Amino acid sequence: MCLAVPGKIIEIYETNCLLMGKVDFGGVVRETCLAYVPEAKVGDYTIIHVGFALNLIDEKEAMETLALLEAISKQDPTE
Amino acid sequence: MKYLNEYRDSNLVHGIIDEITRSIRQKWVIMEICGGQTHAIMKYGLDQLLPESIELVHGPGCPVCVTSLEMIDKALAIASQPKVIFTSYGDMLRVPGSQGDLFSVRASGNDVRVVYSSLDAINIAQDNPDKKIVFFAIGFETTAPANAMSVLQAQKLGLNNFSLLVSHVRVPPAMHAILGSPNNRIQGFLAAGHVCTVMGYWEYVPIAQKYKIPIVVTGFEPVDILQGILFVIRELEENKYEVENAYSRIVNYEGNQAAQKIIEQVFEECDQKWRGIGFIPGSGWRLKSEFNDYNAEEQFQVREITPVESPFCISGKILQGLIKPVDCPAFANQCTPEHPLGATMVSAEGACAAYYRYGRIL
Repeated sequence: MCLAVPGKIIEIYETNCLLMGKVDFGGVVRETCLAYVPEAKVGDYTIIHVGFALNLIDEKEAMETLALLEAISKQDPTE
Repeated sequence: MKYLNEYRDSNLVHGIIDEITRSIRQKWVIMEICGGQTHAIMKYGLDQLLPESIELVHGPGCPVCVTSLEMIDKALAIASQPKVIFTSYGDMLRVPGSQGDLFSVRASGNDVRVVYSSLDAINIAQDNPDKKIVFFAIGFETTAPANAMSVLQAQKLGLNNFSLLVSHVRVPPAMHAILGSPNNRIQGFLAAGHVCTVMGYWEYVPIAQKYKIPIVVTGFEPVDILQGILFVIRELEENKYEVENAYSRIVNYEGNQAAQKIIEQVFEECDQKWRGIGFIPGSGWRLKSEFNDYNAEEQFQVREITPVESPFCISGKILQGLIKPVDCPAFANQCTPEHPLGATMVSAEGACAAYYRYGRIL
């Protein structure tokens, strides 16, 4: 139930006074409610659960985490 | 796909496992709260890659599994009424009630529809003004913003044929219940990343302090889960009990303020009964009374329900992490995903379904 999938916002518009958008999930495009990410811009990545964007994905944090984990995984086990 | 493939990288997975193995000095018991994480652990075989001194215990974070039998029976009763279109997330249709499930109600000629989003149910209500549309609003904090928005949207559109059957549950009170139990074995928690996307993780700081237990906000891909486990193990070995965030590309401390505001506007806290576990104080959300026009329990005269649980299903103990699915005598013989005795074998997040699907049949 709490599964949420990352996708890229490709269009933003309003329907019935609700902020909506089209989100591309690696080729599959679905309509998504963007009311909870009003700062969203076309091209942003977001995380979607039951048709609602729950947050934007923070690219800087993502890069830092991957750099940290790569450093951890390349440690010399004899050190 | 960006933000997925990087977190499934096998070199990173093995690198983090090596670091976990280097860091660990004794046996530890860790619970992943969320059923989505349970499935990822089983799917990728992470439990078999980790050192044997780590025991992963599967938590109650499966809303389909913990929705009370009374509420399932109410859903069956409402869905059986004439002129009703009953809408639900797909997982709920096969959950056994006292007598049958929503699929059997549909097979009897009633209109039961699977929707992807609560807003789909709103569209059905607009298209069917002569029918009463009921949406089964189950879920944890992750799903509450969507369910709450549907009420406000129905109000905005002036719909008088739309209501919610609400059965919402919240994670922090369940963690209190688990940690406060005399049977508790859990020494560290992976907190559910998407619940924290909505709510932030400030609620977990007093829990970590009170029970002296590390809590790490964790995502759902193999690298995310192993990062969460590594952070918990490091804290345990250093005798620390802090809340850390291993899912910072998605989660921040405060959570999504806009979503929390809408939840507060529509729902209020209530005691909630969890299937197989019982009442947990303050662990649910219900519609505020000002939204009674959208409350299916108010709108439909559902007769007094006396639920009858399967005598063979021990999902309560599984949901509390007291036993493993393979220890249940009914597992994989009387109880299978095709013929489930309990909700933990139905849901895409249920621990029994995960063990069955990914071959942990010992």
